Amino acid sequence: MPFVTPQTLGEYDVIVVGSGAAGGQTAYTLAMEGAGVLMIEAGRNYTPESETPMFHAPHLAPLRGTSTPDKPFGFHDATVDGGWQVPGEPYVNTSEDDAGRFDWWRARMLGGRTNHWGRYSFRNGPYDFKPKSRDGLGFDWPLGYEELAPYYDKVEMLIGVYGANDGLENTPNSPPGCLLPPPKPRVSDLLIADRAKRLGIPVVAGHRAVLTQALDHRNLPRKLHPGNANAQALLAAHMQRRAACFWATPCGRGCSVGANYQSTTVHLPPALATGKLDILVNAMVHEVFLGKEGKASGVRFVDKATGSTGEARARAVCLAASACESVRILLNSKGARHPEGLANSSGKLGRYLMDTVGTSVQGQVPLLEDLPPHNEDGASGGHLYAPWWAYGEQLRGKLGFARGYHIEFQGGRTMPSMRTAAGLEWLTGGSYGHRFKQDARRYFGSMVNFDGRGEMIPNEHSRCEIDPVVKDRWGIPVLRFHWQWSEHETRQAAHMQKTFAAIIGAMGGRVRGEVLADGAKAIAPGGSIIHEVGGAIMGDDPRSSVTNGYGQAWDVPNLFVADGATFPSNADKNPTLTIMALAWRSADHLLERMRRREL
Amino acid sequence: MATPRIDRRTTIKWMLAASAALRVAPGLGVGGAQAAQPRAAASAGYGTDPDLMRLYEPGDVWPLSMSAAERRTATALCDLIIPADAESPSASDVGVVAFLDEWISAPYPVQQTDRQTVLQGLLWLDEEAQRRFRRDFAALAAEGMSAICDEICYLPRAPERLKAAAAFFARLRDLAAGGYYTSPEGMRAMRYVGNVALPRFDGPPPEVLRRVGLSDDASPP
Repeated sequence: MPFVTPQTLGEYDVIVVGSGAAGGQTAYTLAMEGAGVLMIEAGRNYTPESETPMFHAPHLAPLRGTSTPDKPFGFHDATVDGGWQVPGEPYVNTSEDDAGRFDWWRARMLGGRTNHWGRYSFRNGPYDFKPKSRDGLGFDWPLGYEELAPYYDKVEMLIGVYGANDGLENTPNSPPGCLLPPPKPRVSDLLIADRAKRLGIPVVAGHRAVLTQALDHRNLPRKLHPGNANAQALLAAHMQRRAACFWATPCGRGCSVGANYQSTTVHLPPALATGKLDILVNAMVHEVFLGKEGKASGVRFVDKATGSTGEARARAVCLAASACESVRILLNSKGARHPEGLANSSGKLGRYLMDTVGTSVQGQVPLLEDLPPHNEDGASGGHLYAPWWAYGEQLRGKLGFARGYHIEFQGGRTMPSMRTAAGLEWLTGGSYGHRFKQDARRYFGSMVNFDGRGEMIPNEHSRCEIDPVVKDRWGIPVLRFHWQWSEHETRQAAHMQKTFAAIIGAMGGRVRGEVLADGAKAIAPGGSIIHEVGGAIMGDDPRSSVTNGYGQAWDVPNLFVADGATFPSNADKNPTLTIMALAWRSADHLLERMRRREL
Repeated sequence: MATPRIDRRTTIKWMLAASAALRVAPGLGVGGAQAAQPRAAASAGYGTDPDLMRLYEPGDVWPLSMSAAERRTATALCDLIIPADAESPSASDVGVVAFLDEWISAPYPVQQTDRQTVLQGLLWLDEEAQRRFRRDFAALAAEGMSAICDEICYLPRAPERLKAAAAFFARLRDLAAGGYYTSPEGMRAMRYVGNVALPRFDGPPPEVLRRVGLSDDASPP
């Protein structure tokens, strides 16, 4: 019985706390290789096959699917009991203004945020692992690109990522057989690519975890699980159950046919099929407890159904609850010998929280007006993107900010929403009646939106700790956040604004609203891009980091952190693919240590 | 994070715009004392774990609350903004008024703010119609309606005394357009093609590429 209750827990090799990208990958790797795993998820069970409103048009949802405090990304979004606020689970900010605030997105459901994420899947490049060596800022990772590359390969093959190899600086190619073919660009993509190129900005195929064709179930399982016939057979069977994308329905709703990556459709089914994985849902882990010799014995959790506390035990504990939640669990795991939280002898736990720098500019492009109707749903997210292009200029100090960003953009005749024909006055001069209907048709599909996604450098002022007073509805002390951007981030945001306006101009378009010259005004508040990482950073030195390069806590040898908390830097590349590659590598390491009976 | 999101900034901007508009012209709803305190709407939303598979209609989750008179005025205004033509139906034909009622009856902050804006605006429309033509707005001929709306259809050019009414008109146009173009008929009117499974994605047809000046073999660099 894979789904267990607090009363039916068995004996386990490893407890994995969390079921998203990190927890899913960790549990997958461990179970496929024969370890007994208990996965504990704070939210409810979630079944994409029966819960995904694939073709539901907006008029079938309350308020036409528009976002509300209950469903911040819209009614049909695949988020359960989540958002920047979760009822009964508060957090505290020392500052409430936009510049000093951190907004913490959570989802309380099996699979976590992987159910709704954007599916952007980029590899960090060689520079991204050694940023301090390159420009003197932040921290180097205790591993380099070459060490993680084999795991990027494996994750891409397992989950299915479309993209192309463009050979651009610090934007690694994948070996043959890793990537799926990218989807054909939309007309707006091609126009953006053409005009951006004139400005010296390269535009290439995007990388997203969407199956543009069925996975190669004959060859991939052998590459992913060499010498493990059972794992190969289970994975081959599962790969055949995942359908290729049928070029419709928004990925943010999840995918009932498994055509994109979410933990619940990709990692968990084959892991469950091994019989080695049990899952306990609706259990809020709040503490790792130690046994003799200072090793982790297991975790304590609140059973949300009854409010009572339970315990689970294993030979090793792996936290994959999301960066801030894993940090919270460690900070709340206090003992006589570790009054400031577990694995915190460095005093660095909760430090160096990072998000991604984000800002956006929208424009309207007359060339794209009134085009012949055609289907542009595509793979629902970006088909192309612009990787960071100005490494050299930046290193020479020409830009005034130290790290890069990439551009995600979207135009096209996407399914109309409440926003599609809203706020058109700046173009129409306030038309209504027959003219408004003509205008709505004319401008549909002519808007382009550019989102910058840039690197934030870790700083001493962006961190979290346990609030001395506030507890959540389960009685668990909550996090208090401190947040501050540096000029590296705000200047980068200003550069994004200027660049996006220039591209829109080169397309013959008009920018909607104001181009913000002040980056501090342009930058989205901390946490709002939902790429939070750090808080339990990895490093080479136990005095200045929380874990080693395998996510293994310096202070507790059988305690691992598998999620983004260990990132010592946050490259512009969206973190999910790197989280999974690290988690796989960490799980391999854990398995090896267990085989050698070191854990 | 790249999921399509209504950003909170947009929502907050809406709220600020609406409340600012009301501050500019506190006399909105002149003579309608009860308009200053519209009836409260529902208190509970659909929660953080609603049934996503269900097909919803306005009124399914919280009760609708517009009066018959408000609906009458709203119908006239929505259809003035989105009339029927040879190709496509009017706003009210496709249920936009029921949608508007659902919207302003919802318990969420943006919708509660819109509730004030919309109900006071509808009252103002009738008062303005009475003042100028001695009839309710819905009873006016098209010319009368246009005479009123031409002054408030574009906020930047609206006379100072009509700024709040113009903010109301802009908001109502956005809501009506949202309701209309998310309906199946509205999507057809917009010439949206999609939300259907395809065996492959071909990208833009050659004619589309020619129109924007890109060659047929245009591909990413």
